[in-house]
Amino acid sequence: MAERERAATPPRGGVFVPRTTVMDADDLRRAATRIAHEIVEHNHGLEQVALIGLQTGGVWLAHRLHEILLNIDGTDVPLGSIDVAFYRDDIGLRPVLPEAVTDIAFELTGRQVVLVDDVLFTGRTVRAALNALNDYGRPHAVQLAVMVDRGHRQLPIRPDYVGKNLPTRFDEQVDVSADGVVIGDVRPR
Amino acid sequence: MKHLLSIDDLGPAGIEEILRVTDSFVEVSERAIPKVPALRGKTVVSLFYEDSTRTRLSFETAAKRLSADTMTFSVSSSSVNKGESLRDTVETIEAMGIDAVVVRHRSAGVPWRVAGWMQASVINAGDGWHEHPTQALLDCYTIRSRRGSLQGLRIGIVGDIKHSRVARSDIAAFAALGASVSVIAPPTLLPPSLDGWPVQVAPSLDAILPDLDVVYLLRLQRERMTEALIPSLREYRACYGLTASRLARLDPDALVMHPGPMNRGVEIDAEVTDDPRSVITAQVANGVAVRMAVLYLILGSGAELRLPEPVLSGTRA
Repeated sequence: MAERERAATPPRGGVFVPRTTVMDADDLRRAATRIAHEIVEHNHGLEQVALIGLQTGGVWLAHRLHEILLNIDGTDVPLGSIDVAFYRDDIGLRPVLPEAVTDIAFELTGRQVVLVDDVLFTGRTVRAALNALNDYGRPHAVQLAVMVDRGHRQLPIRPDYVGKNLPTRFDEQVDVSADGVVIGDVRPR
Repeated sequence: MKHLLSIDDLGPAGIEEILRVTDSFVEVSERAIPKVPALRGKTVVSLFYEDSTRTRLSFETAAKRLSADTMTFSVSSSSVNKGESLRDTVETIEAMGIDAVVVRHRSAGVPWRVAGWMQASVINAGDGWHEHPTQALLDCYTIRSRRGSLQGLRIGIVGDIKHSRVARSDIAAFAALGASVSVIAPPTLLPPSLDGWPVQVAPSLDAILPDLDVVYLLRLQRERMTEALIPSLREYRACYGLTASRLARLDPDALVMHPGPMNRGVEIDAEVTDDPRSVITAQVANGVAVRMAVLYLILGSGAELRLPEPVLSGTRA
């Protein structure tokens, strides 16, 4: 994998240098399929389930889970995306800008909302997302699906669905895309 | 971004970035609970030395929707009546520990002076005939949301160009985003020179009207006119007013804009405001979202929007 720009993850403007591939595209597809099955099992069907991807890394994963759920259950679950920039607790400590406009075109109240993100790290983004969801309605329950749980939690948050548990150093970077999961470092430019 | 004083400080990239962030705040404004905690603990003061309804309320609404605290300073009930100078007033406000000041003043350049006197951020909400940058940003946003982009659009600004800070900021912003701007006004209401302005002067409204993508009507500012610059309001309306019969000759996709407050029956006829091409109400709604974006970029986002810092005159050594 070539070096690529990291626009969304701090430090902004750094260059991601890949080191080890821990999941390839097939592994990732299989993990996503398993998560989708677990969502159906855990919720006894998909009747009240809705998927919300976190900008930006969780959005494509939420789309993929939506597609798999449609294939395995025939249900077109509501799908949205959320940008949590305005709810972060590090506003003022580092540059925080919205990446995209939040899009939740359905009623949240009473639903089983599955938040979807690519990597679970400190848990602060998820904390911000829980606050943001509050402003849209009162879900019956909120669950969390992540492709990679890399540890180093700073808040009491745990995922309900995990693609892969991946022990990392705090200063490493984990890059998740449709091509797979790669561990590397971010070098400032 | 530390201050927002003029459109020229932003440049095309800065304007585009503010418009991009505005999209997120339009979504926030449409929610059942239109409030985010982004600027908790920040204090924004509106320091208005001139009358204003929509700009002041728009800034205060924007600050409140970002969870900032707001204080309002109005000249009529302040120590200015006891002879306190601008500088003393500014230093008093700063000593209370505030984060941003929204300044409107009848004299051009005041926001630059204020920025030189204090550590807090300064936002220009209109200085004399000079600039009104947030108005220009909300106008750009309104046009962009209807037409996709300003690139190549033909925009006509009609009316009192000479006394209008809205015209000065709009011309700079529209031109920066690639629009072709014309001004249409009685010669007495044009500035003495348009050298260096990215505009053409159109001979008459009737001649240019069918070619325009946007008709921007300015308010006839009777409070700034110290001499007889137009023969009569009736004659002004006959030559420069957007009447129902002129509206019929306007392109079906064109936009009609006005910064408010309107003199109905002078620069704009009452029935024109009800036309689907009129986006005057959208301008006001977008104003709140644009000002949220400006406040957020100045007070919340960090130094992400890398813009050249404006040159401050009167900065203390």
